[in-house]
Amino acid sequence: MNILVCVKQVPDTTEIKIDPVKKTLIRTGVPSILNTYDAYALEQALQLKDKDPDNVKIVVASMGPQQAESILRDCLAVGAESAYLITDRKFGGSDTYATSYILSQSVAKIVEQEGSFDMIFCGKQAIDGDTAQVGPQLGEHLGLHQITYAINISLNEEKNKALITRELDEGKVVVEAQLPVLVTFTKTDDLRFASIKNKMKSKRAEIKEINYDDLAGIDDTKIGLNGSPTRVVKSFTPDVKTDGIIIREDNPDEAFEKFAAELEKVKLY
Amino acid sequence: MFDNKNFWVYIETREDGSAKNGGLELLGQARVMADQVNEEVIALIVGKNVDKAIEQVKKSGATSAITITGDLYAEYNTDVYTNAIVQTVNEYQPNVILISATSQGRDLGPRMSSRLHTGLTADCTALAFDVEKKEVQWTRPAFGGNLMATIICAEHRPQMGTVRPGVFEKQEYEISPNFEVITKDIDFPQEKILSRIVEVIVDEDAGYVDLEGAEIIVSGGRGIGKPENFKLIEELAEVLGGTVGSSRAAVDAGWISHAHQVGQTGKTVGPKVYIACGISGQIQHLAGMSGSDVIIAINKDENAPIFRVADYGIVGDLLTIVPKLTERIKKKKKM
Ligand SMILES: Cc1cc2nc3c(=O)[nH]c(=O)nc-3n(C[C@H](O)[C@H](O)[C@H](O)COP(=O)(O)OP(=O)(O)OC[C@H]3O[C@@H](n4cnc5c(N)ncnc54)[C@H](O)[C@@H]3O)c2cc1C
Ligand SMILES: Nc1ncnc2c1ncn2[C@@H]1O[C@H](COP(=O)(O)O)[C@@H](O)[C@H]1O
Repeated sequence: MNILVCVKQVPDTTEIKIDPVKKTLIRTGVPSILNTYDAYALEQALQLKDKDPDNVKIVVASMGPQQAESILRDCLAVGAESAYLITDRKFGGSDTYATSYILSQSVAKIVEQEGSFDMIFCGKQAIDGDTAQVGPQLGEHLGLHQITYAINISLNEEKNKALITRELDEGKVVVEAQLPVLVTFTKTDDLRFASIKNKMKSKRAEIKEINYDDLAGIDDTKIGLNGSPTRVVKSFTPDVKTDGIIIREDNPDEAFEKFAAELEKVKLY
Repeated sequence: MFDNKNFWVYIETREDGSAKNGGLELLGQARVMADQVNEEVIALIVGKNVDKAIEQVKKSGATSAITITGDLYAEYNTDVYTNAIVQTVNEYQPNVILISATSQGRDLGPRMSSRLHTGLTADCTALAFDVEKKEVQWTRPAFGGNLMATIICAEHRPQMGTVRPGVFEKQEYEISPNFEVITKDIDFPQEKILSRIVEVIVDEDAGYVDLEGAEIIVSGGRGIGKPENFKLIEELAEVLGGTVGSSRAAVDAGWISHAHQVGQTGKTVGPKVYIACGISGQIQHLAGMSGSDVIIAINKDENAPIFRVADYGIVGDLLTIVPKLTERIKKKKKM
């Protein structure tokens, strides 16, 4: 059983602040982390491996700049067997369509080394872009069917079907999906930590690199900034409300009366 | 440059054949853009039976409808739906396709856009339209809501986006005199259906929590302190005829089920009134509720970020304020 987990390095968006004067993002000092949802996807792969350690192999791949190596090492430290960094200046500026296309071309390359994949796991979304599009789009490029919003997965006896619980707007459903399949994960179980020993080991592990030149036959019109159908034309920080009426009083009863009077004005009751 | 014409809105349906709100809200917004260039707004309705939805879209701004129906479409399946929709899109070549950013819409949208080799902008919260270029300017939050980006799709058609439910209000329109329904009959080989639902897990406490459709939401967070105190939130919600929501911290603590969670990993809501009780207002929570018309915050920490988005707020202990407010409303309403 071969599982590929697609992972992305992202700034920890819970640490990002907006400069109130310049209205720009303060990114200095914001740590780069393994995208939260990708960590959940990896955890689910690791749990499948826990159940069947001899037969499950986990491969991780990330497209990004050289620094993204560090999250691949984090994945190796918790139990992934092999890691690929997909990196090239030509890939820069890709939107989700182009990113998923490059990933799909790289998967073909990785398969040459690792054998074909029974499952490809992605996070539901990357917490920097929040688009939740790369997973399904990768599935489309590879001709794989998809199951999104998964919170857990198990395999049948014959290991040709997966039972996947999905968390949807209306509630949870369990689906039975034939393999191979692409699955995107939302928040699942708690994550595991790497042992010190494995952390050290992962520092020296080999990260295989895939560059533009390795992808023979890649269509130049579908990669990078120029190959991206969508383009950002403007970015700005959201408005912060300054005219809110916030009641602060030392006497709680007075505060409540003022508050209640305001709410009556807006016809809350 | 392009011959593509008209605005399509994907209408997600319920089992009983009625339309979900998200799609209906987008018809009005599509109409605003379409009227500027004298084009049509077409509701694309897919489901086993869509009779109720047809009646609804007629009154919400659609000038015509295309339906894809039959037993095959009783259960949403990505491949079955994508195949039928893409085939229809290729036949009629619309200029714009709007999809509500529900869990179904965000599963379907990227699959469709890839197959159509076009761009898709996710989870938009504002739309503008360049009449000259017939180009939609899609605005969406990124970085967990810390940054807004405006995105265009200049060189590919159709232009596609998913739009957050609740951002636009459902509008009422006169029924268009030329309203017609085109019915498509599209098959899909059974053996190519690779997944199916084997179990629907019913949420033990609430069954179905309709946060997206709620007009008033009262939400509780970690500040509630303990699970029993959720009763205070429920009572306030009840006297207001509202629905109970929560932050992730309250869900993670096991005080309430995930079905109630509002935010980036929960539901995106757009009620008339959102009351946040004991919720600090972290960006991931705001991502799900900042589109509410009126935001009211109750928090004992005057520096809590929730006060930066609140229209009305009170600094104080929710454990006394919430029950008092409930009593006051009961008295006023003579309940
Ligand atoms: C990838 C990711 C996704 C996430 N998705 C979501 C999401 O979808 N939804 C979500 O909500 N969060 C989400 N979070 C978590 C989010 O960052 C916050 O941790 C969470 O929203 C905090 O919940 P809270 O406001 O209830 O708790 P806290 O931040 O602990 O706030 C509790 C508040 O209650 C106040 N309080 C305490 N006691 C009282 C009292 N007696 N009276 C009045 N006020 C009181 C305190 O002053 C405080 O402001 C996500 C995080 C990540 C990393
Ligand atoms: N550059 C990337 N490299 C590898 N995987 C990615 C990359 N970008 C996105 N993904 C995968 O696609 C998921 C959804 O990302 P997004 O569509 O950007 O929100 C992520 O959780 C990852 O699993």
